[in-house]
Amino acid sequence: MIRVYFRSFGGTVGMIIVLALAGCAVLAPVLAQQNPYDLAQLDIMSSLLPPGTVGDDGTVFWFGTDDQGRDLVSAVLYGLRVSLFVAVTATSIALVIGVIAGLTAAYLGGVFDTLLMRLVDLQLAFPSVLIALVLVALLGSGLEKVIIAIVAAQWAYFARTLRSAAMVERRKEYIQAAWTLRFPAWRIMLLHLLPNAIAPLGVIVIVEIASAIALEATLSFLGVGLSVTRPSLGLLIANGYQYMLARQYWLSVTPGVVLLVLLVGVNLVGERLRQMNDPRQQVRP
Amino acid sequence: MSRSGARSPAGTSCWTRWGDDIVLNFILRRIAQGAALIVAMSMLAFVAIFALGNPLTALINPASPPEVLARASHELGLDLPLYAQYLRFVFHLLHGDLGTSYITGEPALGLILSRFPATFELTVSAMLVATVIGIPLGVYTGVKASSLLGRTIGSVTILLISIPSFWVGLALVIVFGIELRVLPTGGRGQTEAWFGIQTSLATWDGLRHVALPALNLAVFPLAVIIRLTRAGVQECMGAAFVTFARAKGLAMRRILFVYVLRSVAVPIVTVVGIVFGILLAFSVVTETIFSWPGTGRLAIEAIRGSDRPVIIAYLLFTVCIFIVVNLLVDIMCALIDPRMSTQAQG
Repeated sequence: MIRVYFRSFGGTVGMIIVLALAGCAVLAPVLAQQNPYDLAQLDIMSSLLPPGTVGDDGTVFWFGTDDQGRDLVSAVLYGLRVSLFVAVTATSIALVIGVIAGLTAAYLGGVFDTLLMRLVDLQLAFPSVLIALVLVALLGSGLEKVIIAIVAAQWAYFARTLRSAAMVERRKEYIQAAWTLRFPAWRIMLLHLLPNAIAPLGVIVIVEIASAIALEATLSFLGVGLSVTRPSLGLLIANGYQYMLARQYWLSVTPGVVLLVLLVGVNLVGERLRQMNDPRQQVRP
Repeated sequence: MSRSGARSPAGTSCWTRWGDDIVLNFILRRIAQGAALIVAMSMLAFVAIFALGNPLTALINPASPPEVLARASHELGLDLPLYAQYLRFVFHLLHGDLGTSYITGEPALGLILSRFPATFELTVSAMLVATVIGIPLGVYTGVKASSLLGRTIGSVTILLISIPSFWVGLALVIVFGIELRVLPTGGRGQTEAWFGIQTSLATWDGLRHVALPALNLAVFPLAVIIRLTRAGVQECMGAAFVTFARAKGLAMRRILFVYVLRSVAVPIVTVVGIVFGILLAFSVVTETIFSWPGTGRLAIEAIRGSDRPVIIAYLLFTVCIFIVVNLLVDIMCALIDPRMSTQAQG
């Protein structure tokens, strides 16, 4: 399985990017030469330095500094951490909610199923940015509110996918056998239905993490996302935006490029997984 | 929606005798569903917006004397219970009044309608760019899927779908607006009236202003159209009718653009329509970056300023657009391929 995965060039590159950036995010406190949130470590004298400048005390600002003298390498590392944390947390919660909803709908059927799927259809008709934006408008901005907004925008995809897979499984003999054995409902759902219906979600999870990263970045860029005190990549881009006309591009471009590379990496992994699961493409190498 | 509720209303029953009522029936049912959806959304939006926090704090100094606060809240109807506020809202809604903006004092619906032409012309330009470039490229990559260019375009479209649109917008601003200085990056430029509506598409200066935002907005539909056309064409190339047409000696161009393209038309029309609705309702990001005075920017300003009536009006307006666009798409598809409506019947 793993060897098959690495047969694709794009998939390999994507996996390397994702692992490298995730490693950077986890190790940010070790790798960064300063803590970008600790105002005591910032030197206002070295603000807005272009990339590669050597500071007064001999430190090199490879990506330059922002308006408060913050080293952009450190800011980007911590921003990556925030972006990934928000995306992975939100997608995981959405996955759990979607799985519970989809599984229950498939198992119970009837009115519950109809109502839930109507809701899902209704929600999928609207772009996820709109749903997230409306929710952020209602709840206010901040880390947990952005996570709630992303969860609300995403759970429907998981619910629908799991439900359709579980509906197929439900008709099979082993479920009927479990039924005749009078296993409790939770046992059939969790131990029989779920393991056999969860496979299609693998690809979607990866793709949804990518879209969660993009969604959070968009919300933060619009100024309704995370708070300024713990900037994500999207917020760093937005902060640098005002310096663009002064051609101090590095403030926006550096986090922008990191965001782009991250999204490309995650999507390459998702695309490769999709290919591997697509029976039509299996004949061709 | 239950099936009995979907029966054609009185007065149209004569259609049933002709046997081809299916399409009409289908359309009527979709209209009824749309109306129900609008009612549901109006309640949902209203209740949700009610939780938005007290707009008074954003409007007048919270430190004002209590009697001033009480008077202001009475004037806005904020002292009534929730259901009474909703009924009041519906009453006004039925009179075409969606309330007045807390910030500018103008009617909310009027604000949205006055901003809508700007969004509409931007979206139309973007979809035009996306379709005109996307369909030929999609056909090309569908035919030559394994060529280097075909594979490159295939990967580029994945990239374009996955990067957020504000990123592309910023790149466009940097390259064309700041470095090359060839195109303006803010506002609508000079507008001129067409049929009584001010549009940028009528003047050269306006067109120059539309170019970058339209390009930005076109990125997503372009990628979607290319991928969709490519998949459709790829599937068709192996079909018997293409083999037959080639054996018959028809020119490749004719096969592709007459026979193949017709058979992939339904999914393309569907997606073009739906994406058009999405863009029309939701060009917030592009309008923010390029200071385009459309409905999207109005919405984000309203959200930032807790301008309740404008947010509700915008949401309802958006839902209406979605319903109308989806309905038009369904009707078009039902006309192109009548099987669709009979399938939906079951």
